[in-house]
Amino acid sequence: MANVNIKINGKDVSVPEGSTILEAARLINIKIPTLCYLKGINEIGACRICVTEVKGARSLVTSCVFPVREGMEIITNSSRVIESRKKTLQLLLSDHDKKCLSCIRSGSCELQDLCNEYGVDDENYYAGSTNKYELDYSAPHMVRDNNKCILCRRCVAMCEKVQGIGVIGANERGFTTHISSAFEMGLGSTSCVSCGQCINVCPTGALYEQDSSAGVIEAIADPTKVVIVQTAPAVRAALGEEFGYPIGTNVEGKMVSALRKIGFDKVFDTNFAADLTIMEESNEFLERVNNKGVLPLITSCSPGWIKYCEHYFPDMTENLSSCKSPQQMFGAIVKTYYAEKLKLDPKNIVSVSIMPCTAKKFEIGRDDQAASGYADVDYSLTTRECARLIKKYGIDFNSLADEEYDNPLGTSSGAAVIFGASGGVMEAALRTAVWKLTGETDDSPIDFTEVRGMEGIKSATYNVAGMDIKVAVASGLNNAKTLLEKVKSGEETYHFIEIMGCPGGCINGGGQPRVHADILNSENVRILRAKALYSEDAANEMRKSHDNPSIKKLYEEFLEKPGSHKAHEILHTTYIKRKINEN
Amino acid sequence: MYRSHVLVCGGTGCTSSGSLEIIDEMKKEIDSLGLTKEIAVIKTGCHGLCALGPIILVYPEGVFYSRVAVTDVKEIVNEHLLKGRIVKRLVYDETIEGDKLKPLTETDFYKRQHRIVLRNCGVINPEVIEEYIGTGGYEALGKVVTEMTPEDVIQVISDSGLRGRGGGGFPTGLKWKLAAGNDADQKYVCCNADEGDPGAFMDRSVLEGDPHVLLEAMAIAGYAIGASQGYIYVRAEYPIAIERLEIAIDQAREYGLLGKDIFGSGFDFDLGLRLGAGAFVCGEETALMTSIEGNRGEPRPRPPFPAEKGLFQKPTILNNVETYANVPRIILKGAEWFASMGTEKAKGTKVFALGGKIKNTGLVEIPMGTTLREVIEDIGGGVPNGKKFKAAQTGGPSGGCIPFEHFDIPMDYDNLISIGSMMGSGGLIVMDEDNCMVDIAKFFLQFTVDESCGKCTPCRVGTKRMYEILDKITKGQGTIEDLDKLEALCYYIKDNSLCGLGQTAPNPVLSTLRYFRDEYMAHIVDKRCPAGVCKDLLQFVIDPEKCVGCTLCARNCPVSAITGAVKEAHVIDQDKCVKCGVCYEKCKFNAISKK
Amino acid sequence: MKSLEELKAIREKMQGQIGFRSDSSTGTRVIVGMATCGIASGARPVLTTLVEEVAKKKLENIQITQTGCIGLCQFEPIVEILEPGKEKVTYVKMNSEKAKEVVERHLVRGQVISEYTIEKYIK
Repeated sequence: MANVNIKINGKDVSVPEGSTILEAARLINIKIPTLCYLKGINEIGACRICVTEVKGARSLVTSCVFPVREGMEIITNSSRVIESRKKTLQLLLSDHDKKCLSCIRSGSCELQDLCNEYGVDDENYYAGSTNKYELDYSAPHMVRDNNKCILCRRCVAMCEKVQGIGVIGANERGFTTHISSAFEMGLGSTSCVSCGQCINVCPTGALYEQDSSAGVIEAIADPTKVVIVQTAPAVRAALGEEFGYPIGTNVEGKMVSALRKIGFDKVFDTNFAADLTIMEESNEFLERVNNKGVLPLITSCSPGWIKYCEHYFPDMTENLSSCKSPQQMFGAIVKTYYAEKLKLDPKNIVSVSIMPCTAKKFEIGRDDQAASGYADVDYSLTTRECARLIKKYGIDFNSLADEEYDNPLGTSSGAAVIFGASGGVMEAALRTAVWKLTGETDDSPIDFTEVRGMEGIKSATYNVAGMDIKVAVASGLNNAKTLLEKVKSGEETYHFIEIMGCPGGCINGGGQPRVHADILNSENVRILRAKALYSEDAANEMRKSHDNPSIKKLYEEFLEKPGSHKAHEILHTTYIKRKINEN
Repeated sequence: MYRSHVLVCGGTGCTSSGSLEIIDEMKKEIDSLGLTKEIAVIKTGCHGLCALGPIILVYPEGVFYSRVAVTDVKEIVNEHLLKGRIVKRLVYDETIEGDKLKPLTETDFYKRQHRIVLRNCGVINPEVIEEYIGTGGYEALGKVVTEMTPEDVIQVISDSGLRGRGGGGFPTGLKWKLAAGNDADQKYVCCNADEGDPGAFMDRSVLEGDPHVLLEAMAIAGYAIGASQGYIYVRAEYPIAIERLEIAIDQAREYGLLGKDIFGSGFDFDLGLRLGAGAFVCGEETALMTSIEGNRGEPRPRPPFPAEKGLFQKPTILNNVETYANVPRIILKGAEWFASMGTEKAKGTKVFALGGKIKNTGLVEIPMGTTLREVIEDIGGGVPNGKKFKAAQTGGPSGGCIPFEHFDIPMDYDNLISIGSMMGSGGLIVMDEDNCMVDIAKFFLQFTVDESCGKCTPCRVGTKRMYEILDKITKGQGTIEDLDKLEALCYYIKDNSLCGLGQTAPNPVLSTLRYFRDEYMAHIVDKRCPAGVCKDLLQFVIDPEKCVGCTLCARNCPVSAITGAVKEAHVIDQDKCVKCGVCYEKCKFNAISKK
Repeated sequence: MKSLEELKAIREKMQGQIGFRSDSSTGTRVIVGMATCGIASGARPVLTTLVEEVAKKKLENIQITQTGCIGLCQFEPIVEILEPGKEKVTYVKMNSEKAKEVVERHLVRGQVISEYTIEKYIK
């Protein structure tokens, strides 16, 4: 590809042909602010914040989509440009619910940041009539507040293009345009799958998860309740970002300490249940393979994916693993096995989870998720809610000393921690399945690198014990759709498929700390967070689920063996067929 | 062989005044007199003199009957068609002098017109393809596919100087050349028949009166750029046009003039119709294409331009109906012929829709460069009721006003832009001393605010704020700071909007500010509306000298704001008055004035 | 339609009809008296014949119209021929046969048929 010579702010520079002005400026470290731009996802030139001057052009142009040409002369910071950006912000503010003091995004809001940068000194300059919207609380996992929406369309693009679902979009036109669902249905009435990816890309306080911490705080304060918390693998790789740590810092030790200081009676690790899931699922896989059961077997730990399957591929629910997700398995074990061990009445156990996920809030309310007769998990908090809780309790996170999880439900293998990255479940399952198929020797393979990485769809074939096992991994629901359609049409055949609802896996879950679009557009956050998990895996002496002594003990003392009747009762679940836009 | 052709206008205007019933009645009457074999009754398109509809033209005499009612039909048939006695009272007064008939082409309205785009409108039956062929239809297409190369066609169109008639004025030949130069497995020819400007109906008349000219032109365009598929995007509010287009496409297909291997040349081309759904913004090039693709009609940033990546991301040309309507004649009569009309930079003719305070409202086609004075005084018959001309608005909600100081401006693209207006699609609304220019600006803004798609901030929020400031001013609550804020906002919106709708939305405001700033100042400083339009600034006052106490006003006042005893001077309570104006209209003694 | 010839054929067929619908202030006007007296004495067949013959011979620039009572009731059916730059010719006591002749000899060949004119009768 040839280069073209252009001038930006008086400086000569040579850039690849076809670059946008925004990209070209970045190459020479000139920052142009953006608001609606999300690289590869939302490139629509709608907000007009990124406008720049181009010599000879009739009006200002949006640098996020305007391609450079030989000889182009660009000015990114003339007073004409700066005044325009300021006016754009003032217009946005004129129809915005400016309650920054009580807004969940205050301090991390992209609109607020730009207003500071551009010296907006009168947020009421263009005061006039405003739209007044009712907040939508209908979905169990999130809230939409259109009074704070700036119509950047990032959420729409995410849902439509990246997740391939498109359950939200712009309704009406002109001044009354607002983001909603067909026929103004509440989000809860649609076939939204609760993945929360829209929340992750919202620049303001218009989208946020339903906050479940009130019930948790109350339970902690109640002396009759034993409040037990579990933490998902992906949380430790991202929680630090809420406290200023660089992206990809593993803050497991501090996280455990903080949770203890908040007052949870026991701090356990979801990873434990991840190992348990591998035991059950690899057993299920081999059973289906040997008894000509329904193949491919598809993983079931992602509730966003499960709901998507039930709505959009209802005739493939038989392929889903009957295993509950690690969160749910954990809750089930806590209120049965653990309760028994400690002679606790499960009625008095409050089971809380910290998840990188918003769909978990939907999952805890599903049918068949109450092994003890009480809900397996009572409250699921996102990583963001956890951070807010820590701050609320006045804990100085950064100065905490590392602490360890409680036992026995805190012990886990390296295979468990990589669940948080796309391909992690598959790799963990392969470590155990291959071990089983090749005589259960200690030197069975550990690393299955072909299923790692951030591509949307990955596949590999492993020749194990004379059998070709074909596996595939998809993350992001549009990729899931592509993969499943190939399977349905017979174009591809697989034995085992891992599907995660969120692109890149749980480390990019809908409940993870939000990342400013500037960073999303320039750095690969997923790779950085995943790295923390793979590093922890590599450093762990115990790398395979079946080696976990606490798991072995669990089976000895309680479950007997994987796939036993008891295991099925407690650790497995069922699925339903759902229609589209009917909930 | 018919000895007489009776052409009845079947355009939307005349149809809503009952011309279809007239046709039925006429046929019945002719039947009953046994004249069916001698007299042909033909439904045509619009003649242009819409103020005088329903219109009937009888040939061979060329008698122009205007404002015909169904009840007049019997008389016309019996007196004129049977006995040869023209019904003088129904004849358009400018075409009859005593007993002598003056040809239509010599009337003020028609004599300066140069009907190329509209040549078949009012002459042929648009629902009969043979009639179109009878005026030379499809000959151009035949010539193109059998004798010319695509490059030849583009050269002719370029040489002719034809520029886009939808408002942009982009050189048509250049547009086609760019699309022709981009390789792709599929290209598209699109027609913008969305005609959203309020008051504009040029395209409608062509679609209703001569749909085949569009089909032929699009096929020629397809040949020129290498496209085998075209789409006509027509607004759903034009049901007659849609029906006539469907009939025309069917008939053209039957004759093999659309479809595979046209005229045995190997060239394939077919057309599909796509209906709009009530959005002005879908007349914008990229929004139109997005709409055809099945998405929400919102514009896309450019580049890439449609000639490179348009409909379905393929090279596409989009032209206006009127632009296309010129193409077949240019092919047949040559580029020089077309370039001999008009001005140096704007060739050919332009169809204008005259509306507002003008005697001859309707459609006119005049050479580019005709002055505004000629259009309004000579062709339009001047401002009626003895009122004074104030301004003419061209370009609809995207355009600006032309005040009296520019009355002699030759109308073409560049001249109008230089004075702060634009040609637009051809709507020309005349205003007189009774129009308030601030109110006019507000009227156009109201339209723009309603039609904004909502994608970009400057248009979605900015136009609303512009409107609110104008509203404040018309209500007498505006300040000088408001005016400054308004003006700055105008320039910002022009500079920052994503598409033409937003970029031109401030034009009516800027244009009226430029030429009628004093009116704005009167509203702001004096709290007065000089034209007497803005209700909140109006006061109705009874002159006690002139009032005879007849009580007519008091009895008609809907809010009982007028008091006074019989035979004594009445008084209007200004606090109660809602400015409806009923008393002003009812008073027989001119005792009430509007201030 | 596969050829330009076919297109041309249709055009020619329609030409007469469409051409009819234009203001031809130049050209010859043939005026047939169609008042009650005219019709009663047989003006309609005269009119029809004139129209047919002109169409058959594909004569251009001929406008055939009717008019009311000319005043010479005893001479009906009356046909007046107005050619630009020439004196009006009034044919009286017309019938279909004579009409055919008028078309052939007067309109086509430009010869006034003096036997049929009014002058002959008045004399």
